[in-house]
Amino acid sequence: MSTTEYDTIIIGAGMSGLAAGIRLAHYDQRVCVLEKHYTIGGLNSFYRINGRNYDVGLHAMTNFTEKGAKKGPLARLLKQLRFRWDDFQLAPQAGSAVAFPHIQLNFNNDIQLLRSEIATHFPTQIDRFDRLLSELIEYDDLKQEDFEISTRQVLGGIFADPLLIEMLLCPLMWYGNARQDDMDYGQFCIMFRSIFLEGFARPFKGVRLILKNLVRRFRELGGHLKLRSGVERIDVDSGHAMGVTLEDGTQLTAKRILSSAGVVETMRLCSDSSVVDVDRTGELTFIESISVLDCQPKKAGFDKTIVFFNDSDKFHWHQPESDLCDVRTGVLCSPNNYLYGDTEGELEAGFIRQTSIAHFGRWMELDERAYRQQKMRWYDLSTQAAAQFVPDFRRHVIDTDVFTPKTIRRFTSHDNGAVYGATKKQLDGTTHLDNLYLCGTDQGFVGIVGAIVSGISMANQHCLRSDL
Amino acid sequence: MTPAEIRDEILDILSEIAPDEDLSDLEDAKSFREQMELDSMDFLDIVMELRKRHRVQIPEDEYTNLASMASTVSYLEPKMKDIIKA
Repeated sequence: MSTTEYDTIIIGAGMSGLAAGIRLAHYDQRVCVLEKHYTIGGLNSFYRINGRNYDVGLHAMTNFTEKGAKKGPLARLLKQLRFRWDDFQLAPQAGSAVAFPHIQLNFNNDIQLLRSEIATHFPTQIDRFDRLLSELIEYDDLKQEDFEISTRQVLGGIFADPLLIEMLLCPLMWYGNARQDDMDYGQFCIMFRSIFLEGFARPFKGVRLILKNLVRRFRELGGHLKLRSGVERIDVDSGHAMGVTLEDGTQLTAKRILSSAGVVETMRLCSDSSVVDVDRTGELTFIESISVLDCQPKKAGFDKTIVFFNDSDKFHWHQPESDLCDVRTGVLCSPNNYLYGDTEGELEAGFIRQTSIAHFGRWMELDERAYRQQKMRWYDLSTQAAAQFVPDFRRHVIDTDVFTPKTIRRFTSHDNGAVYGATKKQLDGTTHLDNLYLCGTDQGFVGIVGAIVSGISMANQHCLRSDL
Repeated sequence: MTPAEIRDEILDILSEIAPDEDLSDLEDAKSFREQMELDSMDFLDIVMELRKRHRVQIPEDEYTNLASMASTVSYLEPKMKDIIKA
């Protein structure tokens, strides 16, 4: 008789779910990763159209540390998943910038560049910046009560120039803030370290290399991965998860469940929950336009890895008030502009990706024809807005693609297509059930490295220790 | 297992956890934490690997015995003396 009893069922084959799966399968658990979609990766995925490889999600991997580094999240995840540094083939960024009207702060993977840019443009603030750096090094993350302090309040107490605060917040909010306007100080510290103190990198082959490494390892260890297997509900009996029922009616039982579906979304799956705290749902979602150029981006004048721009002195981190998108702020990223090794050469085509803030509800209301039209319209409006801050590359564009909040919702199943998940994180990963745990975006870590570390630490804490 | 075999086994576990690390100049009397920057997750891994490979159980309040190679080997010696090296 075939058995469907697992030690752990993991919901979602994104970075966190696969990483957790590897940990558990390595220690001989029977583990099954359930993925609603026909492909793995969640938001971080990839596809091929017209003979070209596209990445979605990943602009850059944050938390880059050089080979041989013993500290930091990257070193930790390599050890925990038994990968070598070379397995991820990370190439560091060429250099990035935060661009506001009439002022640009350049930064790279060495904090001294940002420091000297601040010393040049904000000479009265450099001592205060140094004070922030020393506070950040002392900050001990993962305490829920300290985590939710207002970042604006903390920075307001350190800096006397509000423009510098806005310019520091811009990239950190763009790459991982689920809240509007303000940011949890815990999240700020994590993001500051991962972007400014560690840095950006990318594998030459993009996110597919990372996902393929993870899924291959998981399968070699005997883990089960079921695609097109959306969870209809988590079956609950007296405060205990018994297992799951899939959309096709299949029932699977497990000793415990680890869900990367999001805190609100996971609660909704529970058969015992009548009230779901939807106030926690994030509001921030994006459109992303991908431009394929007829040349390498640097030939078109775009030599930065990532540019975060904002068109006024106050950073607009809020869902659009009245339209489908807000293009006053955005992020441009070129996967070409990393320092790849000599053997790798250059990417086959020039790519520039641009992300803008979007409104979920308004995108979902559009009919098919309007949806197509609006994608084109907002492609034009966003690239036009960017041309104030980066060299105008539009005449080099030979192909485009746009993904919207609708796409994000489909691939992540996050309410509102909220890329960075719930506004209130559940740092310990616990839920109202004694054997249901959260991992991924809503547990507190964002980004690719963050998501992987989240999967690892929740697997260790809740799924392995209990077996000891 | 003899103390020397236990030492080799621990080295093998460490090289699996940290494949990029050069373990040839590891000093037995110095702590792992100091030499390799091992954190609590790594110590959990040493415990888990010993359990997986040899069914050796180490209670959580005895993890401190794993501080250095020397202390680990002497702590494990009575627990592993009847295990035949594969």
